[in-house]
Amino acid sequence: MAVFVFAAQMLNFPVGVGVSGHLLGGALAAVLAGPWVATLAVTVVLIVQALVFADGGLTALGTNVLLMAVVGVWVGWAVFVAVRALLPRTTAMVPVAAAVAALVSVPATAAVFTGLFAIGGEAPVDLGTMLSLMLGWHAVIGIGEAIITFLAVSAVIATRPDLVRGAAPALDRAREERLAAACTTASEGVA
Amino acid sequence: MSGPHGHSLHFHGHSPIHRLPPEVKIAAALTFVAAVVATPREAVWAFGLHLLALVVVIAVAQVPAGFLARRMVIEVPFVVLAVTMPFISTGPTRPLGPFEVSVAGLWAGWALFAKGSLGALTALALAATTEAPDVVRGLARLRLPAQIVLIMSFMIRYLDVVSTELRRMRIARESRGHAVRGIRAWPVLASTAGALFVRSYERGERVHLAMLSRGFQGRVDLGEGGSAGGRDWLAAALPLTGAAIAATAWLSGAGR
Repeated sequence: MAVFVFAAQMLNFPVGVGVSGHLLGGALAAVLAGPWVATLAVTVVLIVQALVFADGGLTALGTNVLLMAVVGVWVGWAVFVAVRALLPRTTAMVPVAAAVAALVSVPATAAVFTGLFAIGGEAPVDLGTMLSLMLGWHAVIGIGEAIITFLAVSAVIATRPDLVRGAAPALDRAREERLAAACTTASEGVA
Repeated sequence: MSGPHGHSLHFHGHSPIHRLPPEVKIAAALTFVAAVVATPREAVWAFGLHLLALVVVIAVAQVPAGFLARRMVIEVPFVVLAVTMPFISTGPTRPLGPFEVSVAGLWAGWALFAKGSLGALTALALAATTEAPDVVRGLARLRLPAQIVLIMSFMIRYLDVVSTELRRMRIARESRGHAVRGIRAWPVLASTAGALFVRSYERGERVHLAMLSRGFQGRVDLGEGGSAGGRDWLAAALPLTGAAIAATAWLSGAGR
């Protein structure tokens, strides 16, 4: 699982270089593997990136883990669960909920970063300016991430829906319906 | 057939730095970076000394400067952030060339640039002199939780396998006339990511079953290299130098 998140992070956006041009991937990982595994996986990826690939920096590791593994994953998961509850319980709706989760989790992560900067930052940057700058940039990244998440989750659902953790309720329902249909056919056969 | 990222950061060598036990190097790198970050940003000379100390280590390790310089490109987004700092900060301003820039922002940008560059260079020096599996072994000896060490060692072991898988998919795409160009390539990239996930997961299942049938019980023996001896802790020279520089900078700042 961690390997996949890593490989997905390597799929850099062909679009602009921003404060963070990388796929954050937190929402995608949460939908595919569940929030607990996703937190662990993203954390490990960040440690390895910092120590082995010298990407992300050693002192920024704590911030990165908090933002990407905790905020990114859990905001993504919370939004995903909320949206999933509103939509019909079918597997076709899972990528939609995942896309919304990705869309929200990226600017949310950026907002939390701005909050951290307000607490610990050394420069007297006008927070309103910074917040709007960060949110603007990350809304664009969030849209890109939402599209990628939607398409990637759809691709996995098409082949192995049982591997998508977030699709479990929809699959349960599909199974119950099949079972009910089978029972009806069977009882009709008996009658 | 190694992927584009592979272990390209490692520079093969036999210097005393290469031979140091990994846990010593990790501890030294982390402490040195902490010392750099703790240095007051007004003490510009202190950062020069930090850089000098690091350059001495890199020279002893015999890692070519060009090798590291090419890999410093990773820092570019942070440099961009550092450069924007003077322009988006508030407070008293001063002229700089044709612009009026914020003094506090200028200092913040400088601190971000200096500390970021030294941190990245330290991490690069660590990665250049330590093989990835050794980093994991070092972290295990530094008492990182066993589960995380396990995930990490599998991740590093299968990184090349997965990146070659990704490479094969790319070659397959390109031999069918696909070129990554803008937003219209995204559906293809996303289904590549989806297929990669399914394949990696299924590979994981097969490997797990194979390991279980060979008696795997949730523990992996990472192998013993000799543990750190007294002489190895000479590596503490780097963080001690860094700490001394930071302390001197603070004291001279207080005397001002």
